[in-house]
Amino acid sequence: MDFLNAIVALANYVLIPGIAYGSQLAIGALGVTLVYGILRFSNFAHGDTMAFGTMIVILMTWWLQSAGVSLGPLPTALVALPVGILGCIGLVLLTDRLVYRFYREQKAKPVILVIVSMGVMFIMNGIVRFIIGPDDQSFADGERFIISARDFKNMTGLEEGLGIRTTQLITVITAIIVVALLFWFLNKTRAGKSMRAYSDNEDLALLSGINPERVVMLTWIIVATLATIAGVLYGLDKSFKPFTYFQLLLPIFASAVVGGIGSPIGAIAGGFVIAFSEVTITYAWKKVLGYLMPESLEPSGLVQLMSTDYKFAVSFVILLIVLLFKPTGLFRGQAT
Amino acid sequence: MKKMLMATTAAALVATGAYAESHTKEVKLGVLLGFTGPIESLTGPMSAGAEMAMKEISDSGLLMDGATVASMRADSGCIDNGLAVSNGERLIADGVSGLIGADCSGVTGAVLQNVAIPNGMVMISPSATSPGLTTMEDNGLFFRTSPSDAREGEVMAELLMERGVKSIALTYTNNDYGKGLADAIESSYEAAGGEVTIVAAHEDGKADYSAEVGALASAGGDLLVVAGYLDQGGAGIIKAALDAGAWEQFGLPGGMIGENLPTTIGPDLNGSYGQIAGSEGNGIETFTTMAEEAGFDGTSPYTPESYDAAALFLLAMQAANSTDPAVYKDKILEVANAPGEKIYPGDLAKALELIKAGTDIDYVGASAVELIGPGESAGTYRMIEVQDGKNVTVGYK
Repeated sequence: MDFLNAIVALANYVLIPGIAYGSQLAIGALGVTLVYGILRFSNFAHGDTMAFGTMIVILMTWWLQSAGVSLGPLPTALVALPVGILGCIGLVLLTDRLVYRFYREQKAKPVILVIVSMGVMFIMNGIVRFIIGPDDQSFADGERFIISARDFKNMTGLEEGLGIRTTQLITVITAIIVVALLFWFLNKTRAGKSMRAYSDNEDLALLSGINPERVVMLTWIIVATLATIAGVLYGLDKSFKPFTYFQLLLPIFASAVVGGIGSPIGAIAGGFVIAFSEVTITYAWKKVLGYLMPESLEPSGLVQLMSTDYKFAVSFVILLIVLLFKPTGLFRGQAT
Repeated sequence: MKKMLMATTAAALVATGAYAESHTKEVKLGVLLGFTGPIESLTGPMSAGAEMAMKEISDSGLLMDGATVASMRADSGCIDNGLAVSNGERLIADGVSGLIGADCSGVTGAVLQNVAIPNGMVMISPSATSPGLTTMEDNGLFFRTSPSDAREGEVMAELLMERGVKSIALTYTNNDYGKGLADAIESSYEAAGGEVTIVAAHEDGKADYSAEVGALASAGGDLLVVAGYLDQGGAGIIKAALDAGAWEQFGLPGGMIGENLPTTIGPDLNGSYGQIAGSEGNGIETFTTMAEEAGFDGTSPYTPESYDAAALFLLAMQAANSTDPAVYKDKILEVANAPGEKIYPGDLAKALELIKAGTDIDYVGASAVELIGPGESAGTYRMIEVQDGKNVTVGYK
């Protein structure tokens, strides 16, 4: 019984939140990694691109809610998602036309593009705050729980409860679908292959007749889609606030770099590595160990490696370690 | 030429005005509050409250043979010590006889040490609640009509004990207010025999508090006390704790009491309880009506306390028959506390008459003033329990 309790407590506080958070990071990191692999710069505006897409979804959701549209147990935001994706695609294509294309034609160095993307970040940040404001916005509706901790306790008679939120399940399912689609696209379709070719060797790709502007446009469309999906999933599961989306940039970059920047598989692996490191290092293990160990050995302290205040520091440290010892990341991406 | 003539005439008029003014007796009170900064939304009603008391006394014409009271506002910036100190000095240079303020605890300490003590000026703060101000050396010059957070800690501990809570986990918003309050709750509750399993800070403005709740839940406890802000991380912590099924009941100190919280959290909050500074009785009711007539919101936080601060100054001056801070400072506790005839808002004229007649008064005012220790409000608290999605007052302490 104690063993079961320990597993349930672990699942409730570590596994389930970690998996959901990891999926959100993975989708975010995929966007960063695609920009890096194909357009060859680190896109600092990614967090705010997510915020912009999410903002459109939120506005759309509110409108749908006021019109009485509902998906029953599922959040209405899923209906609004395509609109958000379209809006976000529009914004990034416009940015590309107005800003990035100019530097591409100049053959600007990646470091210049990085700085340019920071400028774009500030502008997007401003647009989002201007339209929806800097405050917390809640837009999740429908059934909140698949199973709530209280019901779980009553059902199983265990001391520990296990809560699974609808948004957590949606996050995982969407992540699987999105990743499967993306890999199918990159590996099987002509357009996907041309993107990979362009990423591997730009000159060779140009010689073989691949239209670079088309590849760039495709990349931005995919990146905007991924960014909006990641942003909406994060916002549904947690909450939407422009500033937290800006802060998400750090774990997302850490995920992309840990996995090997430029490598899609690496982005996914990196997302989970970062998510689980953040959660497990800041988790207080007292409860789980208390169930597992004999009474005499029960820990009196919290058995917490680091206070939760240092959550972001964890991704920083991992980022540094990877850059120092294995700059190509776990899955051999391009060296940063 | 014509313009010049007009200008000289105007100047002459102003000069005569000033001349006339200096003849009728005038008492100046400084109102040093954060008109800019983090609590700028509160200071409007606060200064209006203080000025309402001054006007009441001026209109009565009874203060020291018909003296009038003038308010001089200055900005403390709430968190800007330099600004507060220089504005405090300016007020003293302008000849104020007392300082109402400052507002936030940090600037209040700075003004007390750099302006009030060197100049021998009396300060009554309507809103500084830091326990640190209780022990600060003040030469008997500092008073406050707001209670110290240490008092809130005691009240919370009593409340928890009454409800039979044996152990609590405690989380606070990571700033001076949160830390001070958490320390107060921890020490009072442990002194009362309760067990505090963990004291952990949380940052405001994060999207996700599941990691914080994970740590708190590991430590355990009958109840989670959240010393935070209801529109900020406090609500996030409660939401995450409910999602994880870690706690079903919460202890809610003052920063968490507001209509917004039951609305954001929903029915799961029912049964949680806490307290917020607030008094019962005719004092606050009369004050609210008077404020409404004067055109400001009397229920805004620390507004009754501001009225009381101004009233205490003027009554003490009358009792000492002097506007010299060194003389009237000893009278403040005397007029504020029993024994004597109870004085409510709107009774200030009566109070002046009683003092002239040599009768003792006990100023109750809008916030049920009772000054204890080195001159700070004993503090009455309203006990709140969330019932059916509403904050219901279940008693006073």
